[in-house]
Amino acid sequence: MFLLTAKTWSESIQYNYPLQNAIAAVVFLAITYFAYNSVKDERGRDIWRYIFRRKLAAISFFVLCFFVLVGIADSFKWRDPLLDDTGNVSTDLRGKIIYQNGALSILDRLCTGIRTNNEKTYSAPFSDHQFTKDLVQNRNGESVWHQEKLNYPGRHILGTDVVGRDVLYICLKGIRTGLIIGGFTTMISIPIALVLGVIAGYFGRWPDVSIQFIYSTVGSVPFILIAAAYILIQGASIFNLCLIMGITGWTSLCRLLRGETLKTRELDYVQGAIALGASRIRILFRHIVPNIFHLVLITSVLGFSHLVLAEAVLSYLKIGVGQSTFSWGNMINQANLELAREPIVWWNLLGAFIFMMALVLPVNLFGDTLRDALDPKMRGQK
Amino acid sequence: MNIFDFTIRRVLYFLPVILLVNLLTFFLFFVLNPPDMMAKKILGDKNVTPEAIEKWKKDHSYHLPRVFNSEENGFSKITQTIFVQKSARLLKFDFGKSDRNNLDIGKEIRHRMVPSLTITVPMLFLSLIVCISTALIVAFYRGTYVDLWALVLCVFMMSVSMLFYIIGGQFIFGKLLKLFPISGYESGIYSWKFVFLPVLVGVISGIGASVRFYRTIFLEEINKDYIRTARSKGLSERVILFKHCLKNAMIPLLTNIVMSIPFLFMGSFLLEIFFGIPGLGNFTIEAIDAQDFAIVRSMVFLGSLLYIVGLILTDISYTLVDPRIRFK
Repeated sequence: MFLLTAKTWSESIQYNYPLQNAIAAVVFLAITYFAYNSVKDERGRDIWRYIFRRKLAAISFFVLCFFVLVGIADSFKWRDPLLDDTGNVSTDLRGKIIYQNGALSILDRLCTGIRTNNEKTYSAPFSDHQFTKDLVQNRNGESVWHQEKLNYPGRHILGTDVVGRDVLYICLKGIRTGLIIGGFTTMISIPIALVLGVIAGYFGRWPDVSIQFIYSTVGSVPFILIAAAYILIQGASIFNLCLIMGITGWTSLCRLLRGETLKTRELDYVQGAIALGASRIRILFRHIVPNIFHLVLITSVLGFSHLVLAEAVLSYLKIGVGQSTFSWGNMINQANLELAREPIVWWNLLGAFIFMMALVLPVNLFGDTLRDALDPKMRGQK
Repeated sequence: MNIFDFTIRRVLYFLPVILLVNLLTFFLFFVLNPPDMMAKKILGDKNVTPEAIEKWKKDHSYHLPRVFNSEENGFSKITQTIFVQKSARLLKFDFGKSDRNNLDIGKEIRHRMVPSLTITVPMLFLSLIVCISTALIVAFYRGTYVDLWALVLCVFMMSVSMLFYIIGGQFIFGKLLKLFPISGYESGIYSWKFVFLPVLVGVISGIGASVRFYRTIFLEEINKDYIRTARSKGLSERVILFKHCLKNAMIPLLTNIVMSIPFLFMGSFLLEIFFGIPGLGNFTIEAIDAQDFAIVRSMVFLGSLLYIVGLILTDISYTLVDPRIRFK
């Protein structure tokens, strides 16, 4: 059973760094290939030209590129050998190199500055002393409240969190989580929606009836509850969250694609292909799928932003990615307590807000422009 | 065919869907998560004896076999099983007792529906008024800078997580201005001051997506022929928009609104948690926190049922409002 083994899967992936790197490499190559393909022919270049003529969309595109680069840099990781006191690589009795416990990603290595400049606890952005007061003894032996100096004064752009980690670094680490949630879930749900939607719309009769039946069933179960139940049973992790959001999130796109396939099937050029004696499979892949594929693209870009927002909510409800994962949802969860303090600790919330906004807003803006670019009807209107 | 027959047919069409949802929840809650695991989670993972597990299972009648009981005779081979006792019973709205505190779930649901409704019903009406009028104004200024910036603002508002709206609203209105209590609930006439802030936050958080959606519908309507006729008759743009266009755009709007009516009963999870309103959303989240699967199971079933009721209502209202669509 796929679902039964999912738990062990997610656990084995978590510490299997070569496998993670391989997945990251495949994703990276796929993105490159897709980008290359989209500029290869004239129609693709035309769409890009349309997008870049719009300032907001162009800016959004570059912001997204930055996020994707950070996400990819954070995905390739390896472990460093453990160094002993003299700075030599330590080995075990058989001469095998001993590695450190945690792996560091390329991003970690690039951000060594903000990764290692830990303080003891909260400090405000650009502050040079600790946020909380400690009880210390002064020269006369009296206990006084004192705000300690920071180890790295003025170096924390977004302040530090409760255990003294730099908030900017945590925010940067959250990018990968957000991208995985959006991207991986889309990669699960899109194929299901595409295959089932096209089959239902093209073949009609009993496949249509049964597929409609399946998507009404899956679509009728409230998403947040099924996600909660699944996460409670299988444990909170990115993998499980993507899996459950992917398996439940395809219904609306499937309905849309079914309708569009029904329409496309009756169009003249498909009728022409039938008259010319093209086989069903050929008609499906040459004439129908390419003509509904723009809907898949638009839906996946706009769905991406919903997924990032959903992750924050689910993580807040503790049925998300798990407490140990860096994510903006977890930051908000923590920040809710910090706002109840007096004076309030606001920079954790601000960090999560800025970074979530900086991902979701460009995705929405870019998605809108992409829709206008791909949909010839919309182009005529504006 | 009249409306009565039509309703019956839609209900019959969705009946198998409800049965399938039931099977799905059975699979999720009893096959993926066997009663032994449930007992362990409730009793605590460590230091739990097999006897304690057996006793807990017996107390909550989870000790039965899943789908087929070979120890019983005749008909009770089928009925004395977890599937019939726990899952199929939901079909006749017999929710049973909760796993943790032995609460009567059905009674609890009926009680907690009221606070949920006191939040969601004002929220629905207020957001309809605000969003439709804003969308009409934006549509009135279509193609101008007002339209452009209103759209950018909408996308901006859509991109902010609901969590920020709630936290921000509580902070500004509750903590800084001290206009309303930050959270809590009181039944009866004094509930308004607890209800006001959640409703306000709920309305504001929905503005972005709704205004954009309504604007698209209005613009679709505004390009149609009858609008051109109205214009050539010499009617003012204002009359065209607010009388002719609004009336016809009501049809797609209605589908959207009717669909959301059944969900008013479920309440809003996030709003209820943050504002401490003892509604159904809060009930569900508490159950999730306490890992009380009996409640989560009931709520999954109830939620699916409400969704299907929404679909049927939408179909009916569509045919009632638009004479061009006939019952078929």
